[in-house]
Parts: sequence; C-alpha cells; structure tokens
Amino acid sequence: MTDTPKAKTEFRWTRKDLLSVEELSREEIELILQTAESFKEVSSREVKKVPALRGKTVANLFFESSTRTRTSFELAAKRLSADLVNFSSSASSTSKGESLSDTAKNIEAMNVDTIVMRHSSSGSAEYLAKKLKVGVINAGDGIHEHPTQGLLDIFTIREKKKSLEGVRVCLVGDILHSRVARSNIWGLLKLGAKVTVCGPPTLIPAKIEQLGVEVSYDLDKVIKDQDVLNILRIQLERQKGAFFPSIREYAAEYGISKERMLKAKKDVIIMHPGPINRGVELAAEVADGPQSVILDQVTNGVAVRMAVLFHTTMVER
Amino acid sequence: MNKLVLDSPSIERAATRMAHEILEKNNGVDGLCLIGIQTRGVILAQRLEKIIEKISHAKVPIGILDINLYRDDLTKVAEQPIIHKTEINFDLDNKIVVLVDDVLYTGRTIRSALDAIVDFGRPKRIELAVLIDRGHRELPIRADFVGKNIPTSDNEIVHVHFTETDKVEEVVVAQK
Repeated sequence: MTDTPKAKTEFRWTRKDLLSVEELSREEIELILQTAESFKEVSSREVKKVPALRGKTVANLFFESSTRTRTSFELAAKRLSADLVNFSSSASSTSKGESLSDTAKNIEAMNVDTIVMRHSSSGSAEYLAKKLKVGVINAGDGIHEHPTQGLLDIFTIREKKKSLEGVRVCLVGDILHSRVARSNIWGLLKLGAKVTVCGPPTLIPAKIEQLGVEVSYDLDKVIKDQDVLNILRIQLERQKGAFFPSIREYAAEYGISKERMLKAKKDVIIMHPGPINRGVELAAEVADGPQSVILDQVTNGVAVRMAVLFHTTMVER
Repeated sequence: MNKLVLDSPSIERAATRMAHEILEKNNGVDGLCLIGIQTRGVILAQRLEKIIEKISHAKVPIGILDINLYRDDLTKVAEQPIIHKTEINFDLDNKIVVLVDDVLYTGRTIRSALDAIVDFGRPKRIELAVLIDRGHRELPIRADFVGKNIPTSDNEIVHVHFTETDKVEEVVVAQK
C-alpha cells in the first residue's frame, strides 16, 4: 500500500442528493466531471464493470415515461456493481392512489441506498430528499431541473472544446418548459461559459437575463458567434398553449437546417438532449452530420451518471 | 524526525538493478508488459521501461492502473476519493504483467490491483515490483522485485518522493 501523502484537499463531496445544478459549487461540478472522465474508460472495457458500489441498491422511480434517462441510470448503476430495481408509476401503487412520499418511504423501508426519481412536478425531488434518509437523484422534476443532463452536456462541451472558459453556448428553442435549459444555464455560467438563449418570445421566461444570460429572438443574428448550439426539443406535449403559430413556422424561424448551418462557425458543435423531432428543431442532415455530438452526449451520460451515483451513494447516511 | 533511507543515486541504482532482474527472470522482453499503480507506481514503471529499453533495445508496453474503485475500504477513506485514469491500451491475455508500485505495506493495494487486472484479461503471469518493501503484510502477498527492504514500525510512514511529483528525489521514513 502506498503511504506517501496524497494531495490534501479541504474539499469533500457531502451531498447524499443531487437535486439541481443550481445548488452545486464549481468545485463540486468539476469533481463530477473529473470522476466521469475516469468512468468513461470503464464503459470501453471488455469487462464493463467495477466493484465500487458493490452491495448498494439503487431504485429507479419514474413517474414520467423515459427510456433514455432510465436506461442510462440503469447501466450506470450496474457498471458500478450496484443492484438496481425499476419502479414505474403505471405499474406501481400510485395508480391506486398512494401518495408520492408513501411510495418512496416504502422503497426506503426496503433498505435501498439511492432513489433516482423523475416526476412531472417541479420541486418533487427536493420534497422527497427532505423526507427521506436515502439519497435522491433528480432525473427531471417538472420544468425545474434535470441536473444529470446539464452535467453531461457540460462534460461533452468540455471534451470537445477543452475548457468551458469563454465558450459561447446558445440554447435554442423552448426555454420556458425546459428543465434541461435551466440545468445547463446554471452549470455553464459557473464554469465561465457565455450563454445565450434563443427562441420565440412566448417560450423565453421573463427576466431570464437576470441569471446572467443573453436573450435573443433572432437565431440568424446570433448563430455566427456560437461555439455550441444546444438544441432543445420542442415538447409537443407541452405546446397546448399556442406558444407559436405552427410547427412549420417554428421550424422556419428556429429550426437548424442545412442552410442555417452555413451561417454558423465551422467548428460549431450541435447538441440535443433527445428525443429529436427530425425536421422540426433539427434537420436530419444536421443531426447526422459531422458537427453533431448527440450520440457522444448519450455515451457521456452513462459516465456522468456513474460519477453522480458514485459520489452521492458513498456519502455516509 | 525524518530519516533518509534512499537518495537520488541510490534510487537510480535500485531501479537499474530491478530492471535487470525483471529481464533476467523473464528471459528478455518477450510478452512482457509493465503496469504502474497510480500515482508513483506509474513513475517508477516509466523509469523501469526506459532502463529496459536501454538494456535490451526493445520497448515494452506500459499501462496505468487506478485501484481506487477496487479498494476494500472505499467507503471508509477519510479523504475525498479521487478516481484517476486507468489506461491499459494493450491486450493482457497471455502476457507477463509486471505490476509496479512505490511502497509495499499491507498488500491491500496489490490485492485490489490483481482484481482490476483480471477485468482486463487473463495474463500468463503477474509479477510484482516495488521500490520499498516495508513489511507489515495483512495478506499473503510478496514482491518479486524489491528496490530496498526497510524494516519499519507501524507508527512510521515511508515517503517516496520523485522529481516528477514532488520536486525532490528521495525516500524518507517519518514518524506518524
């Protein structure tokens, strides 16, 4: 055993929960990113498994449908040797009228270590974290935050652009309903990126510039300066309020077409949290084009979620 | 009070001898590879690699191993565990792996490293090279190549300092 002194840092990860990127310090974000870099290598091995969380149990508790995020968390837990159980709202007793905290307390009573939750109500993750002793990872709460998506977006940008300092990132689309946008904004600003949000005025929250972002309603004007275009999904299920006249008009104004790409920087990267509405917010040629890092985001998602599960589950309860 | 046990020239001589012994025991570089354990095991492995190249005019593959995820006391360590990179970019099947670390003490790091290595393949043989063997083993593990045996007591700490990481080149024994 090496008993030479390690680099001593005062800093130590102490959160059993990950509820938002807003609550994280720059140091905490950087620790997650650094750990994720090492975990990315694990997924490229022949044996894609390390025993770090052996004997721990993670529960996926998804009240909104999701395949990508749930599977990503599932693989992340399994590659760390944790056991994993899936609960979905339709198959669980919430459909029989059980309350959220009762469902969660029952899972806790089965000695689970960490609960990964997605819920349509903003603040539900924080509510649960206060009620439970087990760790709670927010996998998306309403229109509030989706912290692991924000972190994996930041990880991908850092991987492609080396650093976040001074990098110009534009979030395009429905900022109002986007928890991904909010997690991105908090994290990007903390790491020194310059953030612009761009979309129809009806889908940009009032006073969002107070967070420290620039606001634009004209994509053609701002596109030429951007290093990263993070294209948000037009959430068709949340568009009942007539926020824009038609899907076609939205695509014409804010969709990333082949023609619009000609106005962008040569080395711009295109990101999208998925699932893509091809031909609406993103043209197929662009989504599959050389500047697209959309599948890198998916790969990195597993590594980032491994890092989050690792650090939160290791905290003593 | 720090007691100097190896100075810079002695470290160099010890490493040179270990490189010779590795080549002698394995009849050359055929199938040989080195894997250094983060952090100072990696530096020692790099030095052994250079010396082996000088002696035998052949390059041996070298890998980096971080054993933190395989520790048996991962949840109990006092400091923030920092997970460093593992980089083994070559096939380990049927290779002779020389595992390299700076200090051999309880043997638990090596136990973790053995677990990690088998996740990468099935080497023909695994050997162990350490700069310092300080005794106090808690597991049935021994080194094949040792720079220097230093009898220590449990309340002493062995500090290996390499220029690359610590700006000085020395091995000292200090009181806890």
